Amino acid sequence: MNSRSSTTDTGTLAKWGQFCRSHPFTAIAGVILIVLVLAALLAPYLGTVDPRKINILPRMRPPSPQAWFGSDQLGRDVWTRTLYGARISLMVGLLVALMSISLGLLIGMISGYMRRLDAVIMRVMDGLMSIPGILLAIGLVSVSGASFITVTIAITVPEIPRVVRLVRAIVLSVREEPYVEAAIAVGTKTPLILWRHVLPNCVPPLIVQATYVAASAMLTEALLSFLGAGTPPEIPSWGNMMAEGRIVFPIAPWIVLIPGCTLALAILAVNVLGDGLRDRLDPKIAKRM
Amino acid sequence: MVSFIVRRVLSTLPVMIIVAIVVFAMLRLTPGDPAVVIAGDQATAEQIARIRSNLGLDLPIHVQFVTWIGQLLKGDLGISIFTNMPVSTLIAQRLEPTLMLSLTTICFSVLVAVPLGVWAAWRSGTWTDRVIMVFSVLGFSFPVFVLGYLLIYQFGLTLKWLPTQGYKSPFSDPVGFVRSIIMPTITLSMIYIALVTRITRASVLEVLSEDYIRTARAKGQIERKVLFRHALKNAAVPIATIIGIGIALLIGGAVVTETVFNIPGLGRLVVDAILRRDYPIIQGLILVFSFTYIIINMLIDIAYTLFDPRIRY
Repeated sequence: MNSRSSTTDTGTLAKWGQFCRSHPFTAIAGVILIVLVLAALLAPYLGTVDPRKINILPRMRPPSPQAWFGSDQLGRDVWTRTLYGARISLMVGLLVALMSISLGLLIGMISGYMRRLDAVIMRVMDGLMSIPGILLAIGLVSVSGASFITVTIAITVPEIPRVVRLVRAIVLSVREEPYVEAAIAVGTKTPLILWRHVLPNCVPPLIVQATYVAASAMLTEALLSFLGAGTPPEIPSWGNMMAEGRIVFPIAPWIVLIPGCTLALAILAVNVLGDGLRDRLDPKIAKRM
Repeated sequence: MVSFIVRRVLSTLPVMIIVAIVVFAMLRLTPGDPAVVIAGDQATAEQIARIRSNLGLDLPIHVQFVTWIGQLLKGDLGISIFTNMPVSTLIAQRLEPTLMLSLTTICFSVLVAVPLGVWAAWRSGTWTDRVIMVFSVLGFSFPVFVLGYLLIYQFGLTLKWLPTQGYKSPFSDPVGFVRSIIMPTITLSMIYIALVTRITRASVLEVLSEDYIRTARAKGQIERKVLFRHALKNAAVPIATIIGIGIALLIGGAVVTETVFNIPGLGRLVVDAILRRDYPIIQGLILVFSFTYIIINMLIDIAYTLFDPRIRY
């Protein structure tokens, strides 16, 4: 913690370098995530085959030097499907984080700044928060049909209330600040106040929140697929792989355990990164810098 | 006090109404025709029409809303499309395993997490604290089903200590119940333990810097009593609150845990309903789980105003 006060005159890169040294777990999490993103992007070039290719002969082969992660009950290559699954998982995490943060920011600012709407919006958010997220997502998917887009939206909806609450709390505290009162006194229009004074205060906590939302979204996506209410089965997502491998688990546990542990590693990395960012971007500490 | 309890009970009503409206709107405001989606790809026009009338989608929207609220007030959750039985009956049949699993999980989690959190706070800044916190982050990140399968692999398939599938009722087969509930309980507890440990540590840490803790230590009170009688007691409100809020996580986790361990509870009912596209069941369960969550949190709020003399409304 005391390393921060001395970083004012060094370059950004050096600052982050120092941060990584004082937070080794965050640095490791960052590296894991970069590797996962690269693996997802470069999946076609990393010794993979067609992830949907069904191969009757080598069914349920355990991991070996030829097929690093073995094959599933349809003879599909688990290594290939795990890499392609990373695409789905990371994409869902990113999209849900972006959508819920931007929608939550909008609703939260409206709620925090317009007293009349506030009560109504917050009651609706209370209601949404009392519905267990996974069930709400299951309900949304079952009425709108399972596709990548509907699943992403279904995961986004339960995440919004928490962002709204966070933004609203920041707005309520910022609007009491002397500089906002001054801005109101000189006749600054509300949208400009929101843009110039309120928004910058929301950014650091929202970046941190975004990482937690992304982690939770990746988890929910896998759970939905696992329960049969997720992305369509032809998409090689980690949840789908686990759902299909479930029946043969006693004879071929790697089909479930490999995507499962990769998912756990990915979520862990995002969460640890979030904790690190929280330490780095904590508004109280940021003010002192 | 009485007026607080009355107000707290009444304050759950708007939230419950909002939940009912959200669930109502979910089916009606979704783009596209939900009856077609629910009926599936191979459905005939007749089947679609039957689902439409089962869900009441063929009536004008305001009539639908009044009927829907009226049915809810009577405790009528609709009729299952697949089995043609009332959803409330189906839920009642599957209630026991889920209830038992939730109870064992809450007890186990609190028994593990609270002492762990107190210990971490007491030893804050040391390696003990760090290790406990690392486990807490792990608990948050480890998907319940992955943990479940790892446990099945190790203790069910490799060591063959415990049954990997199914559920035994404690009323007919107590030993079988204990054996069958151990792994699901540990699986489901993981995230809950992580959550409660974290909050316990944070709130005990805050209390430990208070004057009365120093006083207690100064008068020679033994450390265990300082921690549990003085510190934990005063840190109890946030801990109780998070135990209540954590119920939402528990419900989601229970659905998955029951699938992994093949327990015939409400979670299996959800999964079967997803497979059979039986929307009334999904809808009924969303309502039941949400209302349970709201009521439990109300009870916890009321409980600590009764037990904590500092809270006065």
